Amino acid sequence: MKNSIMTIMKKEFTRFFTDRRMVLTTVLMPGLMIYLLYSFMGSGLASQFETAEDFRAEVCAVNLPESMKEIAKSGAPLEFKEVAENETEQLLEDLETQEAVYDLLAVFPEDFDAQVAAYDVAAAGQAPAVKIYYNSTDTDSQTAYTMMTEALDAYESALANKFDVNPGEEVYDMATEEDMSAQIFSMMVPMLMMVFLFSGCMAVAPESIAGEKERGTIATLLVTPMKRSHLAIGKIVSLSVIAILSGFSSFLGTMLSLPKMMGTNEGVNASVYNMSDYILTLLVVLSTVLVIITLVSIISAFARNVKEATGWVTPVMIISMLLGVTSMVPSLCMTEPVWFLIPLYNSVQSMNGIFSMDADVVNIAVTVAANVCYAGIGVFVLAKMFDNEKVMFSK
Amino acid sequence: MKELLKVQNLRKTFKISAKQQKIEKTKERIKVAVDDLSFTAYEGEVFGLLGPNGAGKTTTLRMMSALVKPDKGDVLVDGASVVKNPEEVRKKIGFLTSELKLEEFFTPNYLFTFFSELHGVDKAKAAARKQSLFEKFGITKFAEVKVGDLSTGMKQKVSLVISIVHDPDIIIFDEPTNGLDVLTAKVVTDFLLELKEQGKTIVVSTHIFSLIEKICDRVGIVIEGKMAVCDTLASLTAEKSLEEKFFDIFAERAGGLNEK
Repeated sequence: MKNSIMTIMKKEFTRFFTDRRMVLTTVLMPGLMIYLLYSFMGSGLASQFETAEDFRAEVCAVNLPESMKEIAKSGAPLEFKEVAENETEQLLEDLETQEAVYDLLAVFPEDFDAQVAAYDVAAAGQAPAVKIYYNSTDTDSQTAYTMMTEALDAYESALANKFDVNPGEEVYDMATEEDMSAQIFSMMVPMLMMVFLFSGCMAVAPESIAGEKERGTIATLLVTPMKRSHLAIGKIVSLSVIAILSGFSSFLGTMLSLPKMMGTNEGVNASVYNMSDYILTLLVVLSTVLVIITLVSIISAFARNVKEATGWVTPVMIISMLLGVTSMVPSLCMTEPVWFLIPLYNSVQSMNGIFSMDADVVNIAVTVAANVCYAGIGVFVLAKMFDNEKVMFSK
Repeated sequence: MKELLKVQNLRKTFKISAKQQKIEKTKERIKVAVDDLSFTAYEGEVFGLLGPNGAGKTTTLRMMSALVKPDKGDVLVDGASVVKNPEEVRKKIGFLTSELKLEEFFTPNYLFTFFSELHGVDKAKAAARKQSLFEKFGITKFAEVKVGDLSTGMKQKVSLVISIVHDPDIIIFDEPTNGLDVLTAKVVTDFLLELKEQGKTIVVSTHIFSLIEKICDRVGIVIEGKMAVCDTLASLTAEKSLEEKFFDIFAERAGGLNEK
């Protein structure tokens, strides 16, 4: 019995390890791709932190005490601007709409330093409180908030907790439901959509092209008088429709479940987007699917069978995931139209723009037009491949 | 008689991969599959291409049906060139080879309609032709059964029927009875004779002597990609049987069986 087991195992290992392509795509490629993916994400995130190190928080302060001025002078990355109490309403509105030219609003009690000095911790009375208003969906405001609270925490510890920061139930984060939804959806949806759309395309295109080659049924089509371009267009359009159905289902699932996944289902929901946002998304998704289906179809036409096609398409899928991650790294989000000529990257950035409610119609138009052009070129290439006996009848 | 199919100096070569070089123990980088091959099939006749495996018969038929392009030469199918106008050629011919498979997921009924549409056959004509061919080959009761669930013989019958959905005047069959049981082989052979009676021009490749003797008017013997002999069946078999004649020619051209 042991001999039979060993014989079977030997056969399986021989089959696997003597197939260089299989070893490459199954063993080497995943590790390499994950290394690249994480390195890419890591350097993107690192670049964000590097920017934060040079950053100085601009803080509007009501009743700015001397102690805070001293803290700023002692090297804390805080720049205070004194404002009057009657300006706070306008300042808070600017913070909420992200139109503020400053990062935070800090409201100190009058005679803060004197109150702190007089406060008796053992008496457990009402401690002097500092209120810091910020907007968590604004990167600078969020960073400034962290710096300010760190500085205050350090000062508070030195004074044996003689004051409070942001006490009680009051809302200090000025981010709106819309802002929070936009931030979460714009970071997550583009990457997830790329994965879902690619998966949908991978599920149908290799089977339809490489599968037909493998089974010999494509040759039966090629002896009919049909034009090769008609075969290519027919395949690509029908496969795109199926992939879009798959992508649409994934899209719905994502939009409905994302708030739950983020653990903030109160306050984050897809209803913040209007019909035009969804129409723009649909246009981007349709053109993206055309590009992906064309790409996967061309690769599949080169492959001798479905297995080989899937193996060859996998690295391309990982690249598309890498591009999907760019929506999470602000330094990689370009806004000039020329960047929107890059296939797949343009789709990610267009979706990022739409979901962050900062869509640039010109960039989306460039994306859709470029994608349709690429799909057209792909159809031409595929038609040529269908007419190439070396490609179609490779064994 | 009208020259319906004219094969002119066809040549086709294939690159030999390093792996194939090892297997075939050769240093040649190129294999000549078909070499300066010519023949003509006249309207209403059955032309047989006879030869051993690897002689170049299938490659010749694939070039005739515009599935692969010749390196040199041309085939004129009722005046249309496979080089210049392959789509027109495909309209005029029906091509059947074991390499052409049908999608196993679909039923004969669906596939007949599908291929009729690709050939631009009128719906009413297609329906009538389907009924007639399905009845003739006993496919009717399997019309809604997926091809994958049919027996090998039935699959071959469906393939044959699908290859002639458009009622072509020129029919090219590669090894039409290969791998079939005797009953199905007889059905196919009888059908070829029926097509001949209808005045169709048929080119059939095979290495089965009895099939050639039964249906062909003229025969081309292909050895190592070249047309060794091309004559009427009557002339070829005037003194000896076709089998004896073939082996004589083979011994003369290819150096005999022992060297192969």
